[in-house]
Amino acid sequence: MYKEFRLSGSGGQGVILMGIILAEAGVAKGLEVLQSQSYGPEARGGASKCDVILSEETIDFPVVREPDFFISITQDSADKHGHGLKESSVAIFDSGIDIPDHLGTKNIFVYPIIETARTKLGKPITANIITLGVISALTDIFSQEELLKAILSRVPKESEGLNKRAFHEGIKLVNRDA
Amino acid sequence: MSNRILMQGNRACVEGALYAGMRFYSGYPITPSTEIAEISAQRLPLLGGRFIQMEDEISGIAAAIGASVAGVKSMTATSGPGFSLKQENIGYAAMTEVPLVIVNVMRVGPSTGLPTASSQADIMQARYGSHGDYPIIALSPNSVRETFFLTVRAFNLAEKYRTPVILLTDETIGHSREAIVLAKPGEIEIYDRIQPAYGEEYVPYRIEPGEIVPRMPAYGRGFRYNMSGLFHSETGFPSNSAANAQESSDRLFSKIYDHVEDIVTYEEYELEDADLAFVTFGSTSRSVMAAIKKLRKEGYKVGMFRAVTIWPSPVKQIKALADRVKHIVVAEMNRGQYVCEIERIVQGKVPVSHLGRGNSAILLPEEVSERAKEILK
Repeated sequence: MYKEFRLSGSGGQGVILMGIILAEAGVAKGLEVLQSQSYGPEARGGASKCDVILSEETIDFPVVREPDFFISITQDSADKHGHGLKESSVAIFDSGIDIPDHLGTKNIFVYPIIETARTKLGKPITANIITLGVISALTDIFSQEELLKAILSRVPKESEGLNKRAFHEGIKLVNRDA
Repeated sequence: MSNRILMQGNRACVEGALYAGMRFYSGYPITPSTEIAEISAQRLPLLGGRFIQMEDEISGIAAAIGASVAGVKSMTATSGPGFSLKQENIGYAAMTEVPLVIVNVMRVGPSTGLPTASSQADIMQARYGSHGDYPIIALSPNSVRETFFLTVRAFNLAEKYRTPVILLTDETIGHSREAIVLAKPGEIEIYDRIQPAYGEEYVPYRIEPGEIVPRMPAYGRGFRYNMSGLFHSETGFPSNSAANAQESSDRLFSKIYDHVEDIVTYEEYELEDADLAFVTFGSTSRSVMAAIKKLRKEGYKVGMFRAVTIWPSPVKQIKALADRVKHIVVAEMNRGQYVCEIERIVQGKVPVSHLGRGNSAILLPEEVSERAKEILK
């Protein structure tokens, strides 16, 4: 198993935390992992990007090039990073986004992630954890328990309830469509 | 499994330094090395150590030299133009024989260049950056895990040989997070400088029988001695004698070059029957490794020599390599630096070429493969 993830959004949305949680879930599962992120002015507002590689074997080349999973929760980040996908890639977008042309894949999934964060959870900041719920439901790399455990070991104790709810709302978004 | 954790390269550097006994850090933060300062600032006070953010990179290394002379294992870290600013004091530490670790998380230059982008273009600066003739030890890790272990080793070598040691990492390794199991206390041997005993006759730069370097007392602990960047005699006081300068310079070089067997480490991969060897180091070695695994499956006789110790260079090993293979390609993220050293060692025995560039784009495994196929066609 060798999977590349590219997670993108706006600086401040917790996209990098989302990548770290995914990578830590990989570590806990005994996988080889590599996580990196875009640095520079774009990390403070604008399009932010976080790459994760999960692999059963040693990861040699340390850069994501053809993500198996591309996730974008803002228009800016979709436009900037949503290209060069392979036919088999899975792309996940927030429903507020106009899907970019030349994406490279037809496996496109669209969910109201931002809206759910705002209306159902009452906290836009939960968008990243909702997205992890979506990833959990759409992929079979981690069980829901494994991913939730990785989330809870990273978030403050007092927000555990909120984050659990956010994670399950993300799973529900996928299952409702199924 | 529980002690296997996700860690960033720059944090692994600090963890390695603390494991080796670092209790003083001074520096001036600069991308992409800043996390090393941040994490040192968080961790050192909790361990009874000291962190000082100085007014610039020059004072950053100067204070670290001072702390080391006072008997505390010390480190400074920087990137890009910060490494240029540290050069004068690297020479001072080499001349006065002060153990010290200098970390350079390489980014694209010259000048402020591309602050957030990875590079390997400080290879020659690490060797020759300060004026005058002096030897240096430089190590280059290619993973988060190796960053931890090489930082420990950098301190051990600094203490053993009373010398500044440069850890040459880069933005790719420094800013990546990977899985790591840190060494348990006692798992790696830690070397501490030999100090003179009280009551013995003490001559600051005299070497005791069977030892490699002069014993080094901590300043302020009862031993009075002079430390100078001028050439000095055994007493530590300046000497203008050409004979003394020659003898001192010889000793500075021989303490390193007589011990290359101890200092030089490297990794060889698939070289037994290789016609073509890629010589590489640091993050670029991972592109090369990915390419070689693929090329081998396609039947190409290609291997890799990865220099872990960059300076002193692995002369014996590269000469042996030139006897075995038909071609050498030096892969590095710069416009051609280590290739000059490899050419010097190989002396035309086999063709040596360079694969690299001066921008921030990491070498792709496909580019490595393409070069291999061109040569072996």
